[in-house]
Amino acid sequence: MGLDEAKSLIDSWAQHEGAGRDRLLPLLHAVQDEIGYIDDALVPAIAAALNLSRADVHGVLTFYHDYRRQPAGRHIVKLCRAESCQSRGGAAVEAAAAERLGVAMGETRRDGQVTLEPVYCLGLCAIGPNALVDGRPVARIDTAALDRIAAEVAA
Amino acid sequence: MTRVFISRDMASVALGADEVARAFADAGCEVVRTGSHGLFAIEPLVEVEAGDRRIAYGPVTTADVAAILDGTHPNCLGEIAALPFFARQQRFTFARCGIVDPLSLADYAAHGGWIGLDIARAAEPQAVVDAVKASGLRGRGGAGFPTGIKWQTVLDAPGATKYIVCNADEGDSGTFADRMLMEGDPFCLIEGMAIAAHAVGASHGYIYIRSEYPFAIQTMRDAIALSAGRIAPFTLEVRAGAGAYVCGEETALLDSIEGKRGQVRAKPPLPALSGLFGKPTVINNVLSLAAVPFILAEGAETYANVGFGRSRGTMPVQLAGNVKHGGLFEVGFGITLGELVNDIGGGTASGRPVRAVQVGGPLGAYFPPSMFDLPFDYEAFTQAGGLIGHAGITVFDDSVDMAHMARFAMEFCAVESCGKCTPCRIGSTRGVEIVDRIIAARETEPARAAAQGGMLGKALYSRAPDRIDVSLGAQTALLRDLCDTMKYGSLCALGGFTPYPVLSALNYFPEDFGHFPEDFGAPAPVLAAAE
Repeated sequence: MGLDEAKSLIDSWAQHEGAGRDRLLPLLHAVQDEIGYIDDALVPAIAAALNLSRADVHGVLTFYHDYRRQPAGRHIVKLCRAESCQSRGGAAVEAAAAERLGVAMGETRRDGQVTLEPVYCLGLCAIGPNALVDGRPVARIDTAALDRIAAEVAA
Repeated sequence: MTRVFISRDMASVALGADEVARAFADAGCEVVRTGSHGLFAIEPLVEVEAGDRRIAYGPVTTADVAAILDGTHPNCLGEIAALPFFARQQRFTFARCGIVDPLSLADYAAHGGWIGLDIARAAEPQAVVDAVKASGLRGRGGAGFPTGIKWQTVLDAPGATKYIVCNADEGDSGTFADRMLMEGDPFCLIEGMAIAAHAVGASHGYIYIRSEYPFAIQTMRDAIALSAGRIAPFTLEVRAGAGAYVCGEETALLDSIEGKRGQVRAKPPLPALSGLFGKPTVINNVLSLAAVPFILAEGAETYANVGFGRSRGTMPVQLAGNVKHGGLFEVGFGITLGELVNDIGGGTASGRPVRAVQVGGPLGAYFPPSMFDLPFDYEAFTQAGGLIGHAGITVFDDSVDMAHMARFAMEFCAVESCGKCTPCRIGSTRGVEIVDRIIAARETEPARAAAQGGMLGKALYSRAPDRIDVSLGAQTALLRDLCDTMKYGSLCALGGFTPYPVLSALNYFPEDFGHFPEDFGAPAPVLAAAE
C-alpha cells in the first residue's frame, strides 16, 4: 500500500469510526493491521484525522511497545520472557530460538523472513515456555518445537 | 450424532485442540467448542456426551480419535467433576467455564445466566450496592479494596454521565483467570458490568483487554454483539491495549482509553469521582465484576459465608510455572500456600524440589517452602511481607537463581515504567546495575566479611563518586536503600511494589546474593503494603 492510499484509509477510518482523541489507539491498531507498521510519514495524516498535534501522535506511538515504526519480517515469532516461562527453562529456549531462527531477540533477520520479539506473558503460564507464531499460540516450546517453527518461517 | 466438547481456550489451542476438534468433526461428530475447565495437564481435553453425562479423555491427540469414539481409549477420566482437582474446588465465578459454549446465549441462560441482572434491575440501585457490600467482595485485581464501597462512591457522585470500566489488562506472569473467563464465559462478565451500570447509573462501559490476549478480544467482541439486546440500554465496547504493562494500573488504563500515553495519574481525585473523561467511573477487575452475577442470584450471604477473616468468598487461584498440575483452582480464602502448591499443584513439573514460589505476579514476593503454612488471605499475606495480587502462584524448582530473578524484576520495571515518576523510571535502571554488581561480586568475595560491611552500609556515602564501594555488602545496603526510595516515592504499584520480589529474594535466599542466611537474622516482613 502506498502512502497516498494509506492516507485515504486513515481519513475514511476516522469518518467511519469517529474522530475523537480517544480513537487514537484504535486508529494506530488499524493502520498497523493494514500496513504492518506505522510509517513516520503517516503521522501528520493521523494527527489531522483526529484533530491532534503531531507531537501528540508521536508521543503515543512511541510509548506503546506494540506499535512498529519499521516493517517487521514476513513472519513474527513472539517468545515469552516472563517469570512463569523462565521457571520452565525459558532462558535456554530463548537462546536456542535466537540460534535456530538466526536472529537476535528484538530484531528482524537480514533476509526479512522473520522477526523475533519478546512478549511478557500470554496467559498460558502452566504450559510454558510459550510463543505466538504469526498470532498462533504454541505451548511447551522445546528444541523440537523450535525446529518446526524454524521450518515454518523458512517457507 | 455423537456430541463432543472440546475447549477453544487459548491454552488448549496452544496444545493442539483445534487439530483434535477438526479430527472429531471429520469423524462425523458434532463438536461443541467450550471454554477450558482449567486443568492444563489434561488439555486438549475431549468430553463425549453420554446421556446427561460427559465422559472425559485427556490429553488427546488426533491419533486418539477412533479409540475414544469406540470407548476403548485407556486415558478415560470419567466425569470431570469427580477428579480430585475439581472436587476440591468451590466454583462460584467459574461455574460455567468449560461447560457452556461461550457464545451461546441459550446455554448461558440455561446455566443460570441473567438471573442476577434481572434481580438487580428489579431493585433500587442502593439495594444492589448494599448486596455487593454485604457479600464482602474485595477487588480481585490485586488491591483488595471493598467493591461495594467503590460503587457507593460512584453512586453518590454527582453527574449524569458515569462509566463502567473493566480492567482486563491482566499482565502479571502466572495469571490467566481473566483470560479464561473472557474466553470461556464472556456473558458472565457482561452481566456483571450491566449490574454495575444499574447500581451506579452508568449507561456505557469499556472492557480494556491487553493485546497479548487476541482470543479474549475476539470472544468479548462477539459476545457483546450477541448480548446487546439483553443488556440494553447499557452499551459496551472493547478497547485493545498496545503492549504496556503499566496500563494495568487503573489510572494509566483510563489515560490509555482516552487516547493518551498510559501514564499514571496522581490520586486524588479518585477515579470514582473523576475517572474516564473526568466523569465518575467504576473501574474493576474482570474477576470482581464476574463475581457479581452470582452474588445477586444466590444472595450476598451465600457468597460471604465462604472465606477467611476479612477475605470473603472465593478466589480463582492460578497455579503456574514449574508445577505438575497447573491450572485454575477456585476456592474459598483460607487454604494454605503449601496445600495449593504441593497437594493440588502436585509439586514441580520437573520433579525437583520446590525452592520458591512467587505469588501475585512480577510485583509479588518470593516465598520459600518454610512459609507454606501461610493462609491465602489478604491480611495474612500483607503481614508476611507479600501480596495476593491477582492470585497467580508461579512455582520454581531448585535450579532457580534468585539473584537473577531479582535482577529480572528490576529490568521488567525499567522496561515497563511509564516514566512519570523518578523513583520508578531511574530507580529500576539503577537497580539492575546494583544487582549486576552483586552477581559479579558474589563469586569472588568472602560473604561474611562483605555482609558485615553491608550492615554498616554508611561507608558507601562518605566516599567520592569516583570511588564507589562496589563490595558485596555495600551494594546490598544500597539495594535496600533504593528499594525503600522506590516503595515510598513511586506514584503507583509498578515502582512501589517492585521491591517485593527484590527484597524477598534477598531476605529469603541470601545465599544467592553471596550472603550467609544468618547475616540478616530471621527474615523480617519485607515491607508493609505501599498503598
